[in-house]
Amino acid sequence: MSNIGAPVRSRGPVVALRTLKERARPGRRAWTLPELDVPSSDISEQHRRATPPDLPQVSEVDVVRHFTRLSQINYGVDTGFYPLGSCSMKYNPKVAEAVAALPGFQRLHPHQPEETVQGALELLWRLEQALCEVTGMARVTFQPPAGASGELTGLLLMRAFHTKNGDPRSKVIIPDSAHGTNPASVALSGYRVVQVPSDGRGLVDLAALERLVDTDVAGLMLTNPNTLGLFEEEIGGIAAALHRVGALLYYDGANLNAIMGRVRPGDMGFDIVHMNTHKTFATPHGGGGPGAGPVGVSARLEPFLPAPVLALDEDNGRYFWDQDRPDSIGQVHGFYGNFGVLVRAFAYVFGHGREGLREAGERAVLNANYLACLVQDVYPLAYPGRPMHEFVATAKPLRRFGVRAMDVAKRMIDLGFHPSTVYFPLVVEEAMMVEPTETETKETLDAFAEAMRQVAAEAEKDPELLHEAPVTTPVRRLDEAKAARDLRLRW
Amino acid sequence: MLAACGLSSIDDLFAHLPEHVRLGRELAIAPGLSEMELVGELRRLAGRNRHADEFVCFAGGGAYDHYVPALVWALAGRSELYTSYTPYQPELSQGVLQALFEYQSMVCELTALEVSNASLYDGPTALVEAVHMARAATGRGRVFVSGSVDPRYVAALEAYGRGAGYRPEVFPFPYPAGGPDLGGADVAAVIVQHPDFHGLLEPVREIFEAARGQGSRTIQIFDPLSLGVLAPPGELGADIAVAEGQVLGNHLNYGGPYLGIIAARMQDVRRMPGRIVGETTDVDGQAGYVLTLQAREQHIRREKATSNICTNQTLMAVAATVYLAWLGPGGLAELGRQCAAKTRYTAERLGDLSSAELMWPGGEIFKEFVVVPRREPADVQRRLLDEGFLCGPIVDGRGLLVSVTERRTREEIDRFVKSFEEASS
Repeated sequence: MSNIGAPVRSRGPVVALRTLKERARPGRRAWTLPELDVPSSDISEQHRRATPPDLPQVSEVDVVRHFTRLSQINYGVDTGFYPLGSCSMKYNPKVAEAVAALPGFQRLHPHQPEETVQGALELLWRLEQALCEVTGMARVTFQPPAGASGELTGLLLMRAFHTKNGDPRSKVIIPDSAHGTNPASVALSGYRVVQVPSDGRGLVDLAALERLVDTDVAGLMLTNPNTLGLFEEEIGGIAAALHRVGALLYYDGANLNAIMGRVRPGDMGFDIVHMNTHKTFATPHGGGGPGAGPVGVSARLEPFLPAPVLALDEDNGRYFWDQDRPDSIGQVHGFYGNFGVLVRAFAYVFGHGREGLREAGERAVLNANYLACLVQDVYPLAYPGRPMHEFVATAKPLRRFGVRAMDVAKRMIDLGFHPSTVYFPLVVEEAMMVEPTETETKETLDAFAEAMRQVAAEAEKDPELLHEAPVTTPVRRLDEAKAARDLRLRW
Repeated sequence: MLAACGLSSIDDLFAHLPEHVRLGRELAIAPGLSEMELVGELRRLAGRNRHADEFVCFAGGGAYDHYVPALVWALAGRSELYTSYTPYQPELSQGVLQALFEYQSMVCELTALEVSNASLYDGPTALVEAVHMARAATGRGRVFVSGSVDPRYVAALEAYGRGAGYRPEVFPFPYPAGGPDLGGADVAAVIVQHPDFHGLLEPVREIFEAARGQGSRTIQIFDPLSLGVLAPPGELGADIAVAEGQVLGNHLNYGGPYLGIIAARMQDVRRMPGRIVGETTDVDGQAGYVLTLQAREQHIRREKATSNICTNQTLMAVAATVYLAWLGPGGLAELGRQCAAKTRYTAERLGDLSSAELMWPGGEIFKEFVVVPRREPADVQRRLLDEGFLCGPIVDGRGLLVSVTERRTREEIDRFVKSFEEASS
């Protein structure tokens, strides 16, 4: 077996996987606090806790070794190549971490008066202007703390716009290839989901769309490039069909990375755009979050933005939060959104600048196309069109050897790589969705392709090797059915 | 690389994009900066702010200046954790998965409830999710919220309620003896914050008892750091408990990223929003962790999912887990005792001033309280800023919220009281 990817972790001693609770011993502690220097004061009996919570009692070195060990059995972008399709796992620049940790950002209290946070507000103002330029929108709100939250915010904006015009409407159209958050967000916004099928090219079926569009349609949610990694070339016709009946176009910015600096959602006819900063602007994903989901809108939707809205008093150059927004949809986050994440996005945008942002998109598309060329004879592309920043291939040809996409993924782990996304989008059988991103070198792509090809060859010669995989990881294939059946959700 | 794809230029990759949507010019964004220039620019922006180390911080209202021990971000900041994605490949993600399992376990211990998810965005959006659960569980519509709940939480319910089709109805505070009927057959949820927005301890048992009448869900907004000394939501009769988890080892960050905590009873486990980690075994019988009950989630159930949440606040939950491991039961109790003692000492001193009075004299408090100065509160707040003290937010247009964490010393408190007297006279 050849190992050609990043160094594979050893399985390590099983004992290292103990929980904190198992490490605990009564009387051990890590905490220190100063002596209380004011008179002590008892909590009244009716409010007092009778039994202390059974938190682990551990020493400081126990805590440090425990979480250090947990980090060692986790794979991040800093560990190696992470080509999860639809997730845009590009490298997260270290400088962004350094500046976000400046006390002048990290130690700001959200209830501080505006005059004490002018630097933070200037940062948000300039980031907003840059994102307006990238998307072709008039204003951006930073409140949504993640992409899905941005979607729901956008849909609430859509509802407020139509309601103000006297007709809230009842339906939102989404393509059948859309990410699951789209229909889930539509349901929470009080609209009904209407699905439009993809055609043989993996694009929105324009004729089918035109049949679905009527004056009860509030809008269409579209990702472009779409969730299959293909550019919706008929976007002009799509936009016209929706605009004809007064419906709005919502741009899901999950794939904005591919077209930065070349095409802008606003110029394609979109009125609402959400961005995922962890995808497009390289903010780290934190093992599941935090994200940030800024939402841009065209001028006609500006009155409805979540309050407060950032404003600049031109007379004295001071920034302030404008609370006087009578048509606002209200507040969608407890404060101003994930500010700490936005500092990192600012560092990315202004570190890259206009050429850097455009180049990031170009290299992402080049890397995806190059990688597709290296593997498509073994893993055929699901659709014939030119991929943008990611491609959807299928492991269907390996099925005759009894091998599934999941087996390929698990074998890739033993070869030292994080595998691609599998079984998404749902409309493709045995889908393998590969997104290399722009931050990877040709050598990495070559090595990944070589491993993918090796696995395909092994599928024919020795399918058991794939079924057994992974064998190099701290745990092997886990029983997910058992996890859902015999619920163990806590100690 | 282009040649391998049979292409000759980068533009060929974009040749199929329709002409009419192409930008055809450069973005109007400045040229890129070197790392050195970028750091300089961000230092300049950070320098235009006055941060919590440049004040003595008595501000509260949902974000608090608790001490963050050195080990929290030394560990949560390890890049194998913070540069990873949602753990879709569990064999490569046991670190994050186990940390989340431990987080869920500790949240259950803290709240005396049975199940926690792996995090939500922040306190207010966690309340929105709790109400969504309650409405689904009861099949009812009305949502009652106490008048002593932080207005930011009510604002979030109003914003999201417009989509979901409800309007939160506020019931009076202080809760009157034999108060309004909260037990109607059309009530989905009754919401109480304890300690409340004004810092007061609420008669939670009594309100939830009144609410329970006909099977609505009772929801408590709690402070995780109060639970070493205050009776937990599970014992007070809460069916669902939500919290702002910023206090658990997370920085102030001008309001985010924070941590939405949600815990409930097993009766609602299949209505929980977002990721949940479960323990299972691998093919060799060894214990390990996976994302579980995914049939609730958007990527499987689409428009029928319990929530639309995908990306959550995992890293903040990991930091909270490290912090709680540092604190342990002894530290949590001592920290709670210190917050209560220092807050009560400060309230007593301020209450003695002739230029100010407590909004709720005699009310039992935990970590904050409202003081009503004789002068305009915004004016007092500004004068205190000039003296190096941060407090707030302003409450009901006439009071100032004052929060006292374990970090405040008697010397700082005494100086604050003196400055407050001058500022409010």
